[in-house]
Amino acid sequence: MRDQEKHRPQDGGFSRRNFLKGSSALAAATAINDRSAQADNNASTAPVYGPEARQVTLKINGKKQTVEVEPRVSLLSALRDHLDITGAKDACDSQQVCGSCTVMIDGKAQYACGILAVQAEGKEIQTVEGLGGPQPDPVCQAFVQHDAMQCGYCTPGFTVAVRALLNKNPDATLDEVQKGLGGNICRCGTYVGVTASALDVAKGGA
Amino acid sequence: MATFQEQERSEYAWPSAKDRQIIGQRTTRIDGIYKTTGEAKYSSDLNPADLLHGRLLTSPYAHARITKINVDAAKKSKGVQGVYLFADAAVGSEIRWQGRELVAVAADTPEQAEDAIAAIEVEYEVLEHWVDEADVEGARAAGRANENEAQTAGDVDAGFAQADKIIEGHYGIPTITHCCWETHGSTCVWDGRSLTAYLSTQNVSGTPGQFTNGLTMKDVDIESTEVVCQYEGGGFGSKFAADTWGIAAAYLAHEAGRPVKLMLSRATELQVAGNRPSGYAEVKIGIKNDGKMVAWDSVHWGTSGVGGGGVSTGVTPYIFTPENTRRQQISISTNTGGARAWRAPNHPQGCALTQTAMEDAAAALGMDPIAFFKKNLDIVDRAQHPDAATVYAKELDIAADLIGWDQRWHPRGQGGGGAVKQGLGIALHSWGGGAHPSSCMLKIRPDGGVETYLGSQDIGTGTKTIIAMAIGETLGLPADAIKVNVGRSSYPVSGGSGGSTTVGGVSGSNRKAAVEARKELFAKVAPRLNASADQLEARNGEIRVQGTDRKLDWKQATGLLGVQPIEVMQTHRGDEPGLTARGVGGVQIADVSVDTETGIVRMNKYVAVQDVGTIIDLLTAESQVHGAVIMGIAFALTEEQIMDNATGRFINSDMVNYKLPRLGDIGEIIVHMIQPEDGEVGRAEHDRGVVGLGEPPVISPGAAISNAVANAIGVRVPTLPLTPDRVLAALEKGGDA
Repeated sequence: MRDQEKHRPQDGGFSRRNFLKGSSALAAATAINDRSAQADNNASTAPVYGPEARQVTLKINGKKQTVEVEPRVSLLSALRDHLDITGAKDACDSQQVCGSCTVMIDGKAQYACGILAVQAEGKEIQTVEGLGGPQPDPVCQAFVQHDAMQCGYCTPGFTVAVRALLNKNPDATLDEVQKGLGGNICRCGTYVGVTASALDVAKGGA
Repeated sequence: MATFQEQERSEYAWPSAKDRQIIGQRTTRIDGIYKTTGEAKYSSDLNPADLLHGRLLTSPYAHARITKINVDAAKKSKGVQGVYLFADAAVGSEIRWQGRELVAVAADTPEQAEDAIAAIEVEYEVLEHWVDEADVEGARAAGRANENEAQTAGDVDAGFAQADKIIEGHYGIPTITHCCWETHGSTCVWDGRSLTAYLSTQNVSGTPGQFTNGLTMKDVDIESTEVVCQYEGGGFGSKFAADTWGIAAAYLAHEAGRPVKLMLSRATELQVAGNRPSGYAEVKIGIKNDGKMVAWDSVHWGTSGVGGGGVSTGVTPYIFTPENTRRQQISISTNTGGARAWRAPNHPQGCALTQTAMEDAAAALGMDPIAFFKKNLDIVDRAQHPDAATVYAKELDIAADLIGWDQRWHPRGQGGGGAVKQGLGIALHSWGGGAHPSSCMLKIRPDGGVETYLGSQDIGTGTKTIIAMAIGETLGLPADAIKVNVGRSSYPVSGGSGGSTTVGGVSGSNRKAAVEARKELFAKVAPRLNASADQLEARNGEIRVQGTDRKLDWKQATGLLGVQPIEVMQTHRGDEPGLTARGVGGVQIADVSVDTETGIVRMNKYVAVQDVGTIIDLLTAESQVHGAVIMGIAFALTEEQIMDNATGRFINSDMVNYKLPRLGDIGEIIVHMIQPEDGEVGRAEHDRGVVGLGEPPVISPGAAISNAVANAIGVRVPTLPLTPDRVLAALEKGGDA
């Protein structure tokens, strides 16, 4: 097993091709899905990126930040490895399964490992660092009250996921919380506290 | 009823239940907000200036010989600043498990490091492997089985001769991994001849020497190592070492003159960074018609990896030991990554392999399992806790009440007329958890500040918070008034966090230090209050002459210290009655529903009753039990290492296929901690002193859930996890499974 797959979005075709065609999110998404024929169809009209690094400007927590990364770099890696914004964690080698890297993109909870940095240009990215104002977000405070953490490595992903869920559905019920947070895994077993926190804030209408 | 052992209490014993100020209450973590907001920095989060990113090349084969290895292209690869060869990266080396580390590279960016790894050429001669841990006959034929001598006590044959009934069964619990959410690894930074290793570890005080020695053996000119770990993303027993990849990171950082971060990939984490040995057992129990177990005969097998190993016979049978026993263990050598201590080593397996068999015995008699276990409390293990039988009896009653046993329990197989059957299952556990050695240095400053320093770590259990509470309790201050400095090996030596020893160790040393510091403060303050030091008490932020209005608030009192702080160094070495103790039990009951058409097991409700001596923080204590139960649901229902016999590979070594429960999969969990309110047993528990809690509640879920499923569907599903295919296979096989 080669360790090199770390930090690389799940992409059979991508690693072989070593470059990315298409500037639109759609074209990039097709490349990620290894539907290379479709990507090739766009080749005549779309610019070709890579393999060299290029400047990417990301709007993170309301602030524009420019970073020079190769097109293959995920948003998660851009945040963690290039911008030192490390609240989002990578626990599944960017396999888009564990939710520890959950961020909000244009208000929607998304795995930061599942999107390339170049795809995230022009979008509003909110990380756990961007939650709350002068005071921590009520979700973060509820997590403390209900001890919804142990080692804490999955916790920032959970707090963002809860915040996104409650933004969309401020009165979420137990059933909705269980379904809505099914995209995040915790190894230490903090689900009881997470559930209580989400329901607590939902009741508070925050 | 109970006859609790009377012991002379330590001079540092905790206050009695009526006098305590903050211990026993629910206190939120002092570092909780940093974790929830993402501010907490883990080893894997550190990005010091000029950081290099490390990656590993590991063996794809379970058993192979290296015939060629060439790293020239990797060295020339763009951005590469160093290439490190592990011991096995040599022609002729025999690789004995998949994931074995071969080469590490460090490069300017993660992508460049990955490219360099891809550029390494390795050729292997693939050798025959054995990865099947369950097939003991196959292992024997392959020369992979080591039959250890049977251990006997009493007269086994006579025991079975006097039995009214003999029950036989087969049970299994496969290897699982630790699966730490933050993988193993470190960020290594040099300053001259001194190394700072920001290591993801549960052993801050114990790992610097491993780095220093390991690097010295690589001819690195090193003076000293400091290990730093402020936050650790899970260890569960697997993070006590610097590990070969820690040495590699430090070496590469030294050679490049730049910091190096090297964390394992998820696949490598699962393949080599620790797992829990497997067990498969044939069990025979002799019972009397009244439920008394009179004879036990078991043989079990399993693996800890290439070295064989497996589960100890010390836990077969688990807790309940009939007078006449024979236990044998067979070690199977497999080409799989090596085991490491996994939360309560041996116990979860012993419980799952044998309390299932005991529950089968109860079912064969048509006996309520609670009555069965109560009938056998006289043969319960008392080595850890002399009053264990009394405590278990109380816990059985509490647990039965909380789950609604009288309403919900039914004889085996009478789980309802529809396709979905409901059932209850029970299990009991035991653990030591006495204090490890711990030293700390505590300061009370003239400005009123209180700080402690110790080379311990908070692996997510809430260690920092209970340290603050232990000091706060003693000085009459709230927990958040105490600054707790842990996670640096330059602080006083404190033990690794293993075996549920930390809470005792660190609360012991800090309680002692706080008591001694309080004595010094009282001596300074007493003249001002026209009292003698022994008349003073520290409560609610005040130093007061007991029973009077003569008092100083905390800052007035510490202001009398002059310019020098009080500084106290204390060590806690071994338990002292009333301060720290060892030996806990616990009873857990699962309520499940099983869909007999799909084989899917759903958790309805789970009750965990746990004694743990004096509780410091009720909130984080309950969290430990919640977490342990959920981890137990994982290995009971979803989680296992799956080895492919044809290729020798760990085919689910990724988070897509290594299945853990999610938030909606756990049902309702009710935790009951034994406390002074629980009558005589509760008061006796509180008076014993602090005992560790990390291990015990993770032991019972495998047996409890398996027993609940058997109760629901009428047949035993012999092997965990109880996946739909296993449930359906057991149903198909029928009652003689």
